[in-house]
Amino acid sequence: MKRQSTNVLLIVPYSVWLIGFVILPIGLIAYYSFIGIDQQWTLDNFATFFTSTYFTLTLHSFWYAFLITTFTLLFAYPTAYLITKSKHKQLLLLLIILPSWINLLLKTYAFIGMMGLHGPMNALIQAFGFPSQQILFTDFSFIFVSVYIFIPFMILPIFNALDELDRSYVDAARDLGATRWTTFRKVIFPLTIDGVKAGIQVVFIPALSLFMITRLIAGNKVITLGTAIEQQFLVTQNWGMGSTIALFLLIFMVIIMIFTTPRHKGGVTRGK
Amino acid sequence: MANKRFIPKLYLLFVFALLYAPIVYLIFYSFNSGDTMAAFESFSLTHYGELFADQRLLIIVLQTIAIALFSALCATALGVLGALFIYFLKRPAMRQMILSLNNVLIVSPDVVIGASFLLLFSMLGVKLGFASVLFAHIAFSVPIVVILVLPKLYEMSPSLIDAARDLGASEREVLTRVVIPSIQPGIFAGFFMALTYSLDDFAVTFFVTGNGFSTLSVEIYSMARTGVSLTINALSALLVAVTIVLLLIYYWLKERTKGANV
Amino acid sequence: MKRLWLASSLIFILGLLSLVGIRLLEASGAPASDTLVIYNWGDYIDPELLKQFEREYDTKVIYETFDTNEGMLAKIEQGGTTYDVAVPSEYMVEVMKEKELLLPLDHTKLPMLQHIDPYFLDLPFDRHNTYSLPYFWGTVGVAYNPKLLEGQTFESWDDLWDPSLKGRVIVVDSAREVLGVGLNKLGYSLNSKDEREIQQAMLELEAFSPNVKAFIGDEVTQLMINEEAAVALTWSGQAADMMDVNDDITFAIPKEGSNIWFDNVVIPKTSRNVEGAHAFIDFLNRPDVAAKNATYVGYATANKDALALMDEEITSDERYYPPVDIREQLEVYENLGLKWVGRYNEYFLQYKMYTQRIN
Repeated sequence: MKRQSTNVLLIVPYSVWLIGFVILPIGLIAYYSFIGIDQQWTLDNFATFFTSTYFTLTLHSFWYAFLITTFTLLFAYPTAYLITKSKHKQLLLLLIILPSWINLLLKTYAFIGMMGLHGPMNALIQAFGFPSQQILFTDFSFIFVSVYIFIPFMILPIFNALDELDRSYVDAARDLGATRWTTFRKVIFPLTIDGVKAGIQVVFIPALSLFMITRLIAGNKVITLGTAIEQQFLVTQNWGMGSTIALFLLIFMVIIMIFTTPRHKGGVTRGK
Repeated sequence: MANKRFIPKLYLLFVFALLYAPIVYLIFYSFNSGDTMAAFESFSLTHYGELFADQRLLIIVLQTIAIALFSALCATALGVLGALFIYFLKRPAMRQMILSLNNVLIVSPDVVIGASFLLLFSMLGVKLGFASVLFAHIAFSVPIVVILVLPKLYEMSPSLIDAARDLGASEREVLTRVVIPSIQPGIFAGFFMALTYSLDDFAVTFFVTGNGFSTLSVEIYSMARTGVSLTINALSALLVAVTIVLLLIYYWLKERTKGANV
Repeated sequence: MKRLWLASSLIFILGLLSLVGIRLLEASGAPASDTLVIYNWGDYIDPELLKQFEREYDTKVIYETFDTNEGMLAKIEQGGTTYDVAVPSEYMVEVMKEKELLLPLDHTKLPMLQHIDPYFLDLPFDRHNTYSLPYFWGTVGVAYNPKLLEGQTFESWDDLWDPSLKGRVIVVDSAREVLGVGLNKLGYSLNSKDEREIQQAMLELEAFSPNVKAFIGDEVTQLMINEEAAVALTWSGQAADMMDVNDDITFAIPKEGSNIWFDNVVIPKTSRNVEGAHAFIDFLNRPDVAAKNATYVGYATANKDALALMDEEITSDERYYPPVDIREQLEVYENLGLKWVGRYNEYFLQYKMYTQRIN
């Protein structure tokens, strides 16, 4: 009976939040997913979801979310690593977060300007002697801006993991003659994998439900589940169908969570 | 050797240049005498003048800041409690389930959250305005705090807690003297991300706001149809400048006190 | 732990300071006997006029904003708000009427009604203007930049299908506008509820897909000004914003006809100050006020006596104020009902995915 540690203060506030703002809304979504456009009980929404249109949409969403997460990780990991090496790491970290406090719509407008045929990015391309390129409304622009949005969310947990990393492990590996790459692969990366997993959770999952920039940056040439839900709620006013797609999004999330949650043996201090 | 130190610096510089490029672009156009971000006509401070004359906008800025600070503070407290709650859960299946529920608000599109919160608040009879927006922002910022604090808890050496207990520390002391200090970086990270979520949010706020209360995001998005005015650029430029100055002052003070202590 | 407490207290104090700041700013306004809450699109009124109204009527104006008709509908329907005046588009007036969310207007309190062009009154979405009066109006058409084209014009919708425009047309991201082009081209009604007609329109549109550069909303303005694209299927309001900055751009309404849209002032059921709402609507219809507002917003006004007070360069421009023979060809959207709105949007989603596949 060593369970007093989870006292009332620990349980109550979070549970209230969980019930009021998570379970209740899920209940609402589940309820609405059975309501047809004529306000009658129906399974039509589920039938619609399994048509080819939505199936393709889902596949697309996953593919783009995968690409976005991969590129975000590729940029974020070395950045986080180099920041931990710096003398001013706290300051640098805050400077990484700062840009995300500026309104996203504004930054998106800035990207539209920068990526335009006559914008600074094309000016740079021309300076290297290439003809100007269509950057906007391509997969490249979409992934670029998405990575831009998500990078602080990936850097933060990885930075935290790297910062805690015990230098002696790395030194030991190096002393034992491991190359830099081996040290990274066998020591550093495995020890920071929890941070990476947390980063993947906060990037991949929201990437499935990106909207707005699918229109502004990709010109609706990329359509995600998030865009579809947005449309159902705000344009078509079909809350039933919107809820059904949202419900599937939640199911996908649970599956992803199962794969990315660290498998710890649970609360410690339990005694063996 | 010089090369080895140079390349990492260059990489960091590159990343920062990318992160700040759109912001520099926005700031550049805040000095445009024209009215759009399309063509730069000539240097002018008119948009800054408009900004300070627009009392309504200034009120909205302060409302945005107040909501962001309070909601991030409460969400951090709630999130830390939640992370501890999950950490101390015995059954892995239970933990997995709670953790999945925790993430629901991260994956749900904003409209869905906004619409369901609106239904919730009108059921509970909460008056739409400051309070409803505050509750909503706390609610959707909690999960990110949990996600950032939880790995810190797992990194903590379990023997530390056991040792403290063996030395006769009460549960309260274990928490405040051992656990909290060792997860502090996670708590700070959680706070800053909660702040980010709050400042960024448009859709949820739109649905749950009312009675004259508004935030910057709602204001900016609703301008999209007629074109976002450059006053907003000027405002963003000022906010960035003020934040960076505050950061530098804070950092400088911290470094100085640290130096004095040694 | 000490650091945490310090940090949280600091944050808390900063938060309180902002709240104090808000109080101070709010208190600095002149005291007024009444308040009026207006719910409108962002930046869709000259802010000077709000101040003028506050002075003349001793009323404090609270201006709240929305970005979609549907978002506004959800807020008003759910209650918890006290909007006195709202500005929905015409099809939304119909929806709100059906849901009984509007109060009838008392025309005896609106003497300035006489200044509104009768052409814009008594329209199908609100007969006898029982619930609404026009705020601004406009059309759907083609904005284009002749400098980037090889002499093409857009007198007919067919011109959009020209193969030389491959990948050069930006299309508005809205189901009824896009399907409407197909329907208009075939001479069908924009309010068609005939699956066969819509499918025919879809076939036409699929042939147009190669020309589509992107489906975009309001941001099309910035893109056209920057000469990112040569042609845009868009609303006249957006076109007006473009022409304001880039003189090369022009706007055409194809001869087969198009849509005419209206934004309208209404008084929602949530109003607590119905008197003030009437006073405000009447204020907006005063020719001097309407002229000032139209000049600021840049959209077309329905107030015929305001036109005389405005810059003639604008009011004589047929692209903003189309002549009667073109007006005859314009059709107003009716509220199709949820089922058909759903159908139109399903078709549009299919169309977007088709375009994505072939491009």
